[in-house]
Amino acid sequence: MSNSTSTSTAGQQQSISMLKVLNPFHVWALGVGIVLVGEFMGWNFSVAKGGAYGALIACWVIGLLYSCVAMIDSEVTSTVAAAGGQYTQAKHIIGPLMAFNVGLYLVMAYTMLEAADALIVGDLMSAVAAATGYEGLNPQPFVVLTIAFLAWLNYRGVFMTLTVNFVITLFAFLAIIALFIGTDPLNPGSVLKHSDLLTELPYGWIGVVASLQFGMWYYLGIEGTCQAAEEVRSAGRAIPLGTIGGILTLLVAATLTWYISTGLMPWQYLGQATTPLYDAASIIGNPSLQVVLFIGTMFAAIASANGCINDAARAWFSMGRDRYMPTWFGAIHPHYRTPFRAIIFLIPIAVSFAFTGLLDQVITFSILSGLLGYTFMSINMIKFRKMWPLDVIKRGYIHPFHPIPALTLLGLCSVVYFATFLGYGASLLSIMAFYIVASVWFVMRRYQFVKRGDQFTMPWPRPKGY
Amino acid sequence: MIYWELLSYAAWIIAGLLLLWILADAISVSRQFDEELLVSSREGADEFMEQIQHEEEGK
Repeated sequence: MSNSTSTSTAGQQQSISMLKVLNPFHVWALGVGIVLVGEFMGWNFSVAKGGAYGALIACWVIGLLYSCVAMIDSEVTSTVAAAGGQYTQAKHIIGPLMAFNVGLYLVMAYTMLEAADALIVGDLMSAVAAATGYEGLNPQPFVVLTIAFLAWLNYRGVFMTLTVNFVITLFAFLAIIALFIGTDPLNPGSVLKHSDLLTELPYGWIGVVASLQFGMWYYLGIEGTCQAAEEVRSAGRAIPLGTIGGILTLLVAATLTWYISTGLMPWQYLGQATTPLYDAASIIGNPSLQVVLFIGTMFAAIASANGCINDAARAWFSMGRDRYMPTWFGAIHPHYRTPFRAIIFLIPIAVSFAFTGLLDQVITFSILSGLLGYTFMSINMIKFRKMWPLDVIKRGYIHPFHPIPALTLLGLCSVVYFATFLGYGASLLSIMAFYIVASVWFVMRRYQFVKRGDQFTMPWPRPKGY
Repeated sequence: MIYWELLSYAAWIIAGLLLLWILADAISVSRQFDEELLVSSREGADEFMEQIQHEEEGK
């Protein structure tokens, strides 16, 4: 494998592909990097809906949802090892219309999350300026700089991009551990006041259901590990290790985050705080911890935006490669081996979303797109095992207790749809309408350009029953 | 404070330069290389595995 343009052996035809340079740590950094910002901010809105105990239930119930996602993704991606992740899986297992929709869910979810992350970086800079006596700093230049720098990094190569993500994600995770140690956990009651602060469910069980939507902030994006499938040295090993390691890290980080925050702040304050972990460090009163938590928050937002650019570009690139979108987007850079046109195309879209300044709506759209994707995964998994049973094709990882995880995922997605409808019914209906219109466009105008035979690339036997 | 204003201008300029560099490189690559080569990537074409296979065959 060379670092420049390569020649494939098939038919003496020159071809270039993405570099296979990633290992399980990069996969971990991609998945956890996208998500960890949700621990630093956002998860706490579940406290406003369900109280402290409601948020803990949301943390673990949604943790179960994402554990199912991680197991299912690990099995399917270790077999369908291609960029595009869930889009490619849908294409091979269900069909073109589902694949188009899933591809669109991925691009929208990641691009909007990237915009939200860049907005957070801009807002943090404004907060620092205000703290030093300069009120009203315009966050826009810092938003654009964040997106431009990370797009440049992604453009120049995946190895450096995800190595940077590994370093800053690890720092952000260790910041949470440092904060936990700073609360003197061996002496309950000395710093953490759970016995005083934990109350009954303020809005009863309906509040707990409503809090599930915000519980997704703890884990939203771990499924992004799949997008690295075409660039890992061994997909059968790296994807399951990175993804399962990632969800375990997040379960620990989410539980610690809840434990620290609810032991220091009353639920009425915590439910509307902007940066709850930074606030926790401020309450403890340790200036070093405050600095570490501030840097951790900044790094978590940057890591998330970085991973989102990586994933959105690969999903868009894959759709271009299969002609679901213009083939122009399916280009690989001959030196850096990245999907460079997809990266460039998504920059102005992310900046536009960020300039709206509507963080809530952007995040809600992102979460709903993710949720639609998870619903597809459960159906996909059941079809995958039915069409290609375990003894028919080799898998890098086989998840246990099938079909329980797939059915659990489907059930939990239905409950979260209901929870979302309670709080964001209009957003839910408008996003559904958007994807229906896009599907009509795909069927009527775009599908005629898709080379139907070329898109099925896996060397699998004919599916059972076909 | 002038420091924050300068930092804002610097952020605009650096972001602009990075975006210009990306655009210039993309245009240069598109002119320098054949379009068929740029979009020649094929899903499932595993170059790394091919290399291992060739090495094993060579032994």
